[in-house]
Amino acid sequence: MAKTKLIDFDRALELFEPVIGLEVHVELNTRTKMFSTAPNVFGSEPNTNLAPVCLGLPGALPVLNHEAVRYSISLGLALGCEIAEVSGFARKNYFYPDMGKNYQISQYDDPIAHDGSVEIELASGRIVHVPIERAHMEEDAGKLNHVGGSTGRIQGAEYSLVDYNRAGVPLVEIVTRPIFGGEADTPEIAAAYVSTIRDLVVSLGISDARMERGNIRCDANVSLRPRGNEGAGMSVLGTRTETKNVNSLRSIERAVRFEIQRQAQILDAGGSITQETRHWHEDTGETSPGRRKSDADDYRYFPEPDLAPLTPERELVEELRAQLPEHPTLRRRRLRSEWQFSALEFQDLVNAGLLSTIEQTVAVGVPPQTARKWWTGEIARIANERSIPSADLITPEQVASVVELVDAGTLNDKLARQVISGIIDGEGTASEIVEARGLAIVSDDGALIEAVDAALAQQPDVLAKIRDGKVQAAGAIIGAVMKAMRGSADAARVRELVLERAAGTE
Amino acid sequence: MPETSAASTEITADTVAHLAGLARIALTPDEVESLTSDLDSILTHIAKVSEVTTPDVPATSHPIPLSNVTRPDVVSDVLTQEEALANAPEATDGMFRVSSILGEEQ
Amino acid sequence: MSELVQMTAADLAARIASGEVSSEEATRAHLDRITEVDDALNAFLATDGESSLAAARGIDARRAAGESLGELAGVPLAIKDVLVTTDMPSTSGSKILEGYRSPFDATAVARARAAGLVSIGKTNMDEFAMGSSTENSAYGPTRNPWKLDGVPGGSGGGSAVAVSAFEAPLALGSDTGGSIRQPAALTGTVGVKPTYGGVSRYGAIALASSLDQIGPCARTVLDTALLHDVIAGHDRHDSTSLDFAWPSMAQAAREGADPASLKGLRIGVVKQLMIDGVQSGVQTRFEEALALLSAQGAEIVEIDAPHFEYAVAAYYLILPAEASSNLAKYDSVRFGLRVTPQGGGTVESVMSETRAVGFGAEVKRRIILGTYALSAGYYDAYYGSAQQVRTLIQRDFAAAFEQVDVIASPTAPTTAWALGAHDGDPMRDYLNDATTIPANLAGIPGISLPIGTASEDGLPVGLQLMAPAFEDARLYRAGSAIEQLIADRDNAPFWAQAPELDAAFLATARAGKAAN
Repeated sequence: MAKTKLIDFDRALELFEPVIGLEVHVELNTRTKMFSTAPNVFGSEPNTNLAPVCLGLPGALPVLNHEAVRYSISLGLALGCEIAEVSGFARKNYFYPDMGKNYQISQYDDPIAHDGSVEIELASGRIVHVPIERAHMEEDAGKLNHVGGSTGRIQGAEYSLVDYNRAGVPLVEIVTRPIFGGEADTPEIAAAYVSTIRDLVVSLGISDARMERGNIRCDANVSLRPRGNEGAGMSVLGTRTETKNVNSLRSIERAVRFEIQRQAQILDAGGSITQETRHWHEDTGETSPGRRKSDADDYRYFPEPDLAPLTPERELVEELRAQLPEHPTLRRRRLRSEWQFSALEFQDLVNAGLLSTIEQTVAVGVPPQTARKWWTGEIARIANERSIPSADLITPEQVASVVELVDAGTLNDKLARQVISGIIDGEGTASEIVEARGLAIVSDDGALIEAVDAALAQQPDVLAKIRDGKVQAAGAIIGAVMKAMRGSADAARVRELVLERAAGTE
Repeated sequence: MPETSAASTEITADTVAHLAGLARIALTPDEVESLTSDLDSILTHIAKVSEVTTPDVPATSHPIPLSNVTRPDVVSDVLTQEEALANAPEATDGMFRVSSILGEEQ
Repeated sequence: MSELVQMTAADLAARIASGEVSSEEATRAHLDRITEVDDALNAFLATDGESSLAAARGIDARRAAGESLGELAGVPLAIKDVLVTTDMPSTSGSKILEGYRSPFDATAVARARAAGLVSIGKTNMDEFAMGSSTENSAYGPTRNPWKLDGVPGGSGGGSAVAVSAFEAPLALGSDTGGSIRQPAALTGTVGVKPTYGGVSRYGAIALASSLDQIGPCARTVLDTALLHDVIAGHDRHDSTSLDFAWPSMAQAAREGADPASLKGLRIGVVKQLMIDGVQSGVQTRFEEALALLSAQGAEIVEIDAPHFEYAVAAYYLILPAEASSNLAKYDSVRFGLRVTPQGGGTVESVMSETRAVGFGAEVKRRIILGTYALSAGYYDAYYGSAQQVRTLIQRDFAAAFEQVDVIASPTAPTTAWALGAHDGDPMRDYLNDATTIPANLAGIPGISLPIGTASEDGLPVGLQLMAPAFEDARLYRAGSAIEQLIADRDNAPFWAQAPELDAAFLATARAGKAAN
């Protein structure tokens, strides 16, 4: 792919005001699917999480999952939305082999939630209120595997294989209104918004929120308008493109930035933007054109005759409102001040999705900085190495048990890392691993003195230097002792003993 | 529901061909021709629905009105992979096999 | 013809219950009857004698073991092919579903099996229930036992003929715009479209979801009621299924059997349902029936329902629109026919080719019409207006039922017509449904029962009664009384007047079928 010509980002902003709109799909973690009693489980054998509805089998009928309704209302409330008095389902008709019925049950005229606002905070401390147009319930599609051709991509594939396990998984689609005034922060706003949505659904417990599994997916609409229209609201909007399925926070930021630069380049050269969907390519850091918006988008929506409308009872809405957890932005502000991390340290945790993990670790008695050190250090390293989320490797309680052993002087940091890796490999509890691997610090002075004396005897020149008052020379002896003890010694105690023995063996 | 303009009963062969594309039916030219005239004739009979309706009349999409019909979040009626694939025209590796797709996901 | 096939379901059930006849014998007698006549009539698309007999023996064994079984246990049941079943293929009369085997039973079928009824075969129908003659079946037309070169009505011509020709005492049908009632009228049998949601639609291959309703077919009102009681009731698999404590329809039928029960019944005759072009013999029989009712002390009230004249138009927008969406699943990916264009093609072209080959002309016509009615720019004028007309029709019914208990009309404007007679003019068939369609649009129940034959052609004429939603029992009570009046007039139950299908008749029908 030829490298797309891009205008400089700052120059783009001088010429144009970027306007974005975001559509975020959240997969709910109910036990069953939205309209079918099949299990909602990730990672099963293909076509094993199916009931007749998922395959659109003749005679099958959808029945709405009550829990999905509760989750959707909770999410709507957390987005600051009104919950509809009457909300209905509609069929969105289009043919695609990943849909069992060749229509998607969605909501059209009357979504479950509408007119909300989400507060987000940028790294600079800037607060942005993102206006929410609506949040509606719908069902996910199955998955296509393209076989043959080059890289498993759709182009050039010989044939495709369809797995309907994901078909019917409950989704809430959250649609923002156009976001104005983002200016140079626009790409960061897009990522921070999705990050906030992720925190929201995690705090509500309604989604696994694993972006790498597609639990949260983002479509980014980007348009530019010439300078001089600021404050014109919706009355002047440029032609937009919709970049589909951008599925990591970093990619969202990059994709929006790319589109701003690409569109500015075209407009500045006197060209015009084509209204189309675009695809994000992680490898090249570019978007490429997809399907043009056209007559083919005639989805022929009509009220779903197989499902009754919803009239959410006000008592239920109030009950769910009362159960809402703290808003993520407020929570972040609170945690940052409680933990006293630097802005950078805190942002790293947010980006790594570790806030809740740290919070849980602190709750079981680990000092915030210590918790941060372990989760962003050794545990993150192993997680990265194995491509498994940190939180799936080890629990906050297990981390606390290791920290306790360090505090008690049983372990130093180096040994603690070995214990952590032992816990992750399922070797048992921290103390079992210490025992089994013989990892505890040797605090028996007898053994240490023996080693110190041996080292001093082997390096008489160093001993002489120490005696001459060159205390820093002790380092060589300490190193030799630590090596001899295979790390299981307290370096401070060794140092004391070296100085003591050097002085005393004249 | 989608925005609309006034009813027009003018059906052309192009209209029918377009509808056949949306409905994924490969019509022959003869079929397009006969459906064009059928549709035109049928629509002259049925377009009168817009004569009697006024904006204050609500639409009835469900003949017996019900609301809040839901089910508990409990797994049941699960098909085995074998049952799921039993009627498939073609299956490979536990999945439904189709020819290459040149369109794209929606 | 074995006497076992000439009994009503109620009588047969009683003999089976008393041990006088076994279910196996009853089932075998009907299978033999099917073998004898069905190659001429083509009412059945599938039978599986061994599995039916095995089911029958199972019932006999349970009875022998002293188990207490339902009233209809052991009685054979024909099942319209619109209902999916695990024991036989389910095609909805379409080539696109040829050989399709469902992993589950439709709820109505499951309830019938649970009540001990024995599935005896799947019956022919217009493809996806689109039609009023059963000529749109991909598997050839069904013939009317009353008129060998005549249609049995549709879409449920197979189920109506199965009971009319003594191939089964009971059958299941589906009624979207008259597909149970109109074939009942044309074959001299009884058919009921219950209140929408009264019987689960789970497992019914959908035509138009907001109009479709599963219902019973039989030769008598009581038999129809007995089957209704078996299949009705709430089903968690169908969100539109009504959670309602239905009274016993059979009890209503039994109570109504005394014509004296008609005294004081207010019967509405809707001006707009007395449509132009009603055949004179049909009109005469209808008026005679009203006179009989009047003589019993029923009150006949003329009703104005001004919006009924828009019913056919609304129906032929709503049905195609919903059907165009419901039939999108037949795409060659998960089940059903697959046709690959010459030289291969993308999945899109395979889908289009499959649907071009797999669907018949009427199905294509309605899918295209429905796609048009829903498309951007036309929705409000067509589909939206049609849904508003639906409201107006419901209001007309509501006003009418403030004045009367039931509404009466001829079920169909004509008796059975000749095979092929309506070819080439879809609108003609559409207009023929004007009497039955309003009940589907409003979701209310309707019954058709025979009231005699038309003098000009000797073919059966049906009377339709409609009642307010949830008042299905009212239809059985009144229907049973009218049935008794007709039997008293004729000195025989109507079903017993069905023509003998003698060898010569069958040979002619077979010859005609071969020529088709």
